[in-house]
Amino acid sequence: MKALVCVKRVIDYNVKIRVKTDKSGVETENVKMSMNPFDEIAVEEAVKLKEKGVIDEIIVLSIGADTSQETIRTGLAMGGDRGVLVKTNGQEIDPLNVGKIIKSVFDKESPDMVILGKQAIDDDCNQTGQILSSLLDCHQATFASKVEVNDDKTINVTREVDGGLETIKISIPCVITTDLRLNEPRYASLPNIMKAKQKKIDILDINELNIDLKRRVETIEVNEPPERKPGVIVNDVDSLIDKLKNEANVI
Amino acid sequence: MKALVIVEHNNKSIKTSTFSTITAASQICESVDALIVGNQLQEAVDEIKKANDVKKVYVIDKDGLQNPIAENLSTHILEFLKTKDEYTHVLTPSSTFGKNLSPKIATKLDVQQISDIIKVFDSDTFERPIYAGNAIAKVKSNEKIKILTVRPTCFEPCGQTSNVEVENVNLESVDLSSVSFVAYDESKSDRPELTSAKVIISGGRGMQNGDNFKLLEGIADKLGAAMGASRAAVDAGFVPNDWQVGQTGKIVAPDLYVAVGISGATQHIAGIKDSKFIASINKDEEAPIFKFSDYGLVADLFEILPELEKKL
Ligand SMILES: Cc1cc2nc3c(=O)[nH]c(=O)nc-3n(C[C@H](O)[C@H](O)[C@H](O)COP(=O)(O)OP(=O)(O)OC[C@H]3O[C@@H](n4cnc5c(N)ncnc54)[C@H](O)[C@@H]3O)c2cc1C
Repeated sequence: MKALVCVKRVIDYNVKIRVKTDKSGVETENVKMSMNPFDEIAVEEAVKLKEKGVIDEIIVLSIGADTSQETIRTGLAMGGDRGVLVKTNGQEIDPLNVGKIIKSVFDKESPDMVILGKQAIDDDCNQTGQILSSLLDCHQATFASKVEVNDDKTINVTREVDGGLETIKISIPCVITTDLRLNEPRYASLPNIMKAKQKKIDILDINELNIDLKRRVETIEVNEPPERKPGVIVNDVDSLIDKLKNEANVI
Repeated sequence: MKALVIVEHNNKSIKTSTFSTITAASQICESVDALIVGNQLQEAVDEIKKANDVKKVYVIDKDGLQNPIAENLSTHILEFLKTKDEYTHVLTPSSTFGKNLSPKIATKLDVQQISDIIKVFDSDTFERPIYAGNAIAKVKSNEKIKILTVRPTCFEPCGQTSNVEVENVNLESVDLSSVSFVAYDESKSDRPELTSAKVIISGGRGMQNGDNFKLLEGIADKLGAAMGASRAAVDAGFVPNDWQVGQTGKIVAPDLYVAVGISGATQHIAGIKDSKFIASINKDEEAPIFKFSDYGLVADLFEILPELEKKL
């Protein structure tokens, strides 16, 4: 089977976000960028399935400016076979259009499954996988914490839902979005990082895909969140209980 | 303008998130209807029809729809929408139920959904958190119909004293998807649900193991609190996955959130910021959690928790 894994380049999760003073967005100049952590989990899952002999080819796809090639290389160093970059000039793209772009790559590559993170930690939208499966009219399994491919190529996916764990059985082609507990992504070894440099990355120009990229949802401004007012350090349990009872009135 | 709220339920009872979503809808439109899709819905319908702010409840009750398979729910909702072109807004709670479902409705209508709104400005302008709530975006939809998911903790649940009109919708002809439902392993608890609890007590890596969460249980019992955890505690297997609070777990907003042995990483704070009061116990006075706490106690949790339980 063939897997398409989608990876997004985002501000590293350890970086403290700064909102631009003109409120147009978040500062990304000179900020450490990394692969979206959920997408790392997606790459890891594909590589695991390849190690099990279930998958024989992993294509790592990213949509973004030239710099997203680095993110693809990270995926290739983890075990992806080849990359595809849909090259943009760095503009923001609505998730619906991201779905349409992935679909156009899907149509060319005909993978059996698409694995991607359940959300990107920049826009926190949590919808690309769902959009893609709807565009493809194929099965989706979101928030996966366990993926088991059966002999008949159906897939049992355990999903993290609010009330517990749900297991569904889906057929290929399908879209799976990853949750935190699915696996622990590996660190690429130095030899694998070197090897990844030789792997092929095809570059497609976004303008050749015939997708109308006009924003459907516009960002008017981006603000700092309201701050919580500073609190106090209490000395002991008695004063904690006293504050909670008599000042906050919450117990 | 008219809104349709997609009801989150378990066929028997309605999730509080639905009532919060109705409130959000009523801030946008004068007229709000609700649509419930499932199987053997009598009890659930009896509950949803009490919702104030709702004009009419539509019911699709059909064998095969007992489990919330997104493929099935979305095809039925879309078929329903075909017969009703008056809706300008479709809102779903941004729980795992809504996140799984709503983008499918939007995509089939060729509409860009807005996820997780926390504030309504007008019929097409909303606020939503980005970067784990470290920035707040004000966004405007240019779409003909607005498909929104709503962060329930940011809208008070609507009152439930009405008795609104109910209409059954027959959609027997809509096919069911071939996704099969294998199992639902519900985590059962006598405690309140995390997302609607008034008081929550959560443990982090500092708890050291699952057994030590017993130290929190006694306190939770006394306070009638729900129990939660940080990702580190969940990943280490101390407690079940669905206890995770944070950017990628549950978003909570209780009157009181007590964080024990939790450092206060951005991703955890993202899930608790809207709590009325935050109290924390941590032995490290430099722990970031104190910056977000109304009351902080610098102490070893193993000494403090038994004392706290006794004195409450
Ligand atoms: C993509 C992504 C998503 C994430 N999503 C979430 C999320 O949704 N929710 C979440 O919580 N995290 C999330 N995280 C993880 C987050 O970054 C932190 O790693 C995590 O919150 C840390 O958990 P913790 O505070 O329990 O552990 P630690 O950071 O290890 O903190 C433990 C704390 O316990 C204190 N302590 C230890 N012993 C004692 C004692 N005896 N008495 C008192 N205090 C003690 C220590 O001083 C320390 O402050 C996410 C991370 C990523 C990358």
